[in-house]
Amino acid sequence: MKVDVLLFASYADAIGASRVAVELPPDATVGDVLARVRQMASDKRVPEKPMVAVNKRYARDDQRVSATDEVAIIPPVAGG
Amino acid sequence: MRTAIVEHRIDACALLDEVAQDRNGASILFVGTVRDINDGSPVTALDYSAYTDMAETELAAIVLEASERWSTPDIVVEHRIGSLGLGDASVAIAVAHPHRGEAYEASRYIIEELKRRLPVWKREHYVDGRSEWVNAAG
Repeated sequence: MKVDVLLFASYADAIGASRVAVELPPDATVGDVLARVRQMASDKRVPEKPMVAVNKRYARDDQRVSATDEVAIIPPVAGG
Repeated sequence: MRTAIVEHRIDACALLDEVAQDRNGASILFVGTVRDINDGSPVTALDYSAYTDMAETELAAIVLEASERWSTPDIVVEHRIGSLGLGDASVAIAVAHPHRGEAYEASRYIIEELKRRLPVWKREHYVDGRSEWVNAAG
C-alpha cells in the first residue's frame, strides 16, 4: 500500500519536500513508516527519534497504519 | 474558552478582556516573546511553522484539560506562526478564575504542555547569517 507522509521542519528540509508517498506492506506500523522516512533522509543530520502522528494524534511505534491515514513525522517541537 | 493559531500580531490585552467575568477574582496573562540570545547565539528574528490542523486540535485539548482540572471556562490562548522579530509575542495565555492559586496553576500547566505537545517548530536566524531549527539535533 502507499501511505502519504507529512514532513515538517528539519525532516522537510532534509528530504526536500513537505509530503512523500512511501510504499509499505499491508500490515505496516508507525515504526515501519518512520524507518522508511529515515532511510530517505539517511545522508542528512535529522533528529533520530521524532514522534509520529496518525490522523493528528500522537501514535505509538506499534500502531498499524492504513493507506487512508494521514501520517506525520513530528521532530522535536519548539512552540511557546 | 477559545484557542487559535494565528498569523498576525497578538493583542495580549484583548485576551485579558475576553476572560473577564464578575465571578473571577484573579486574571493571569502570560506572554511569551522572542528574545535576543538563545544558547549563546545572538538572534535577529525567527520563523515559526506548524502542522496547523493538529496544532489547533492539540491546543484546544490542552486548554480543555486545564479548564476541567481547575474548573474555569475563562481561558483564551493564541499562538502565532510566521516571521517574528525580537520582542514580538509568540504566545499569549489568559486565564481567569475566582481565586489566584488556581489561575496561576492553570496558566503554568498550559504553557508547559504546549511546549511539550504542540506541533510547532522554530527556525532561528542569527546575527552571523546562520539559521537553524531549534532542537534540531534531537
